[in-house]
Amino acid sequence: MVTIHHFMVLSAVLFFIGVFGVLFRRNLIVIFMSIELMLNAVNLSFVTFARYTQSMDGHVVAFFVMALAAAEAAIGLAILVMIFRNRATVQADDLSLMRD
Amino acid sequence: MELVVFYTLAGFSVVGALLMVTRKSPLAGALALVVSMAALAGLFAMLHAEFVFILQILLYAGAIMVLIIFTIMLLNLSPKELKERPVGKVKGLIIFAATVAGFLGFLRVLLMLPEGVPYVAPTFGNIEEVGALMLSSYMFPFEVISVLLLVAIVGIVVLAKKSI
Amino acid sequence: MTIHLIGLGKAVFIWGLALMCVPILIWFERKGAAFIQDRVGPNRASILGVRLAGFIHNFSDVVKLLTKEMMVPAHANKWYFMLAPFVGITVILFAFAVIPWADNFRFGGWDIPMQVTSLNGGILFILAITSLEVYGVVLAGWSSNNKFSLLGGLRSSAQMVSYEVPLALSLIGVFMVFGTVQLGEIVTGQGNLLFGFLPKWGIFVQPLGFILFLTSVFAETNRNPFDLPEGESEIVAGYHTEYSGIRFALFYVGEYVAIVLGAAMVTTLFFGGWQIPYLPTARLISNAPMVLKVMLIFGAIVSLAAGAALVVYDKRLRGTWPKGDLRNQEGRILATVAFLMFAAHLVAIAYFWSIDMPDWGRATVALLAQIGAFVVKLLFFCWLFIWVRWTLPRFRYDQLMRLGWKTLLPLAFVNILITGLVLLLVDRAGS
Repeated sequence: MVTIHHFMVLSAVLFFIGVFGVLFRRNLIVIFMSIELMLNAVNLSFVTFARYTQSMDGHVVAFFVMALAAAEAAIGLAILVMIFRNRATVQADDLSLMRD
Repeated sequence: MELVVFYTLAGFSVVGALLMVTRKSPLAGALALVVSMAALAGLFAMLHAEFVFILQILLYAGAIMVLIIFTIMLLNLSPKELKERPVGKVKGLIIFAATVAGFLGFLRVLLMLPEGVPYVAPTFGNIEEVGALMLSSYMFPFEVISVLLLVAIVGIVVLAKKSI
Repeated sequence: MTIHLIGLGKAVFIWGLALMCVPILIWFERKGAAFIQDRVGPNRASILGVRLAGFIHNFSDVVKLLTKEMMVPAHANKWYFMLAPFVGITVILFAFAVIPWADNFRFGGWDIPMQVTSLNGGILFILAITSLEVYGVVLAGWSSNNKFSLLGGLRSSAQMVSYEVPLALSLIGVFMVFGTVQLGEIVTGQGNLLFGFLPKWGIFVQPLGFILFLTSVFAETNRNPFDLPEGESEIVAGYHTEYSGIRFALFYVGEYVAIVLGAAMVTTLFFGGWQIPYLPTARLISNAPMVLKVMLIFGAIVSLAAGAALVVYDKRLRGTWPKGDLRNQEGRILATVAFLMFAAHLVAIAYFWSIDMPDWGRATVALLAQIGAFVVKLLFFCWLFIWVRWTLPRFRYDQLMRLGWKTLLPLAFVNILITGLVLLLVDRAGS
């Protein structure tokens, strides 16, 4: 029988893989996708709680998170394309304008 | 039987996520993430969240990831541009230890959650119920999100123009 | 266990229907194009002399595509190159899971819905699947190391993504009128009568929605007049330029399956699906012997007429091919088949004339009549796709995008507004 622990552990594992992606990778696109993965993990945990407390609020919040993620993805990618146009790189290290 | 389905879908999600953070080419990572999101959609269906399942495929796997893949193809990075400077060993170890500690702390809190599997009505997760909730208790966030999407669209059009 | 077997049977049936329509569509396309362009069309391939007016060309095409060399271009990304056609064909077949092809099959204690599954999301599932279709195109365009492919792939996927929005918005009017997103219930709702004499079909309650939806479906399937991304003489063959053999066959079949899906959606949402006008299921079941007799007599007349026409055809054909060529015999073979079918119909009429039909017999007759109605409407809309392709010139890319965003989208919003107003007024007048 699948209990709440199974889903929550999975959600945590996915969230932390996302955190690793954001902290360890230097490519902006991969950082961006890791943020999307974190949002997905959080959606999973919202829906799990909705199921196991028998209230549909979790589904509505998951819907809002998805709409937000769509807006944020579009803006983030537009900014990314502009950065690439201006600086010809997508490595986070090369974008630092401050002296070492 | 349910456990088998759960472990298969969870396996696909975790493997997809791991592939995404380890591949050097962002396109391979994006496709792995699509597989991971499709597996997550299956998990939503297992949780009786029928509307969220369809939304996950429609929005995430079908729109957001397509947008990311478009951008990756548009940028068309060569292998030289994809080379990354690795994170320093000491810094890496500290981050790793901190995240593992966080994960273990979370697990400890998790064990306090109750074990049972409560019964849900067959109409749980229906699109009608989500709609009813959204137009009653969540009316304000609903309206705010439409304004937010409008702001996002206008912002992107301005950002992407070559000259305003 | 029985439930699973029934589900499997339904899945096999609807996939068989979708895939069997593909050779018919390819034949329609070639003969239809020839008819519109005032020429004869393919009529040479034959099996043992039988040419079936060019239908055998489908089999020769299959053999040709199977035996062609499947090459992968140099410096192409092999994995994505081989993955793209599979994504294209597999994903589109999943969408047939929610299309209903007949009313519930009721007899004894059984009540089997004639849909593979009745998902709560209904049409949203089909919309989700069409949004996954973009991956096949994008991967194919990017992985062939070819500028035409890349350009065609990017254009095609941008077009598909842009037209998903008016596609979804034009359906909102339908949801508002019928009050549900589930396809089975929408088709059942179309059985009622509007104003007492018109069947409440989608096209009568949502004419603007129908036009918007039809246009968006043409654009989604990359079909003329929106086929710039894959039109020959413009961009070679767009995203499937570098594909040959089986992989090209999969793309080709995938395109036709998408046409069948589009036609199925149009008939289900706007033309009553499996509903026969003025003949709801209850009346079909109670009049089942009469319905069966009518169908059999109609079939007998059609096969007699076909037999007579084939006899005339045989007289004209004999001797036009060189001596010993089996194609001389075609008229005789087909005429024999037609007369045999006529005889079979007569036997069936004699058998069923005075038989007392059991419950399951009546339910089966109603089922077959409704499946027949669905297939006829489906084939009519597939023919409409082909007709429009060979009639209209294609849009330029910027005209295409402008149409999608600046014309169809505002019209879809206007449609929602008008539908909402009308529903409000009707409700207020009713209550």
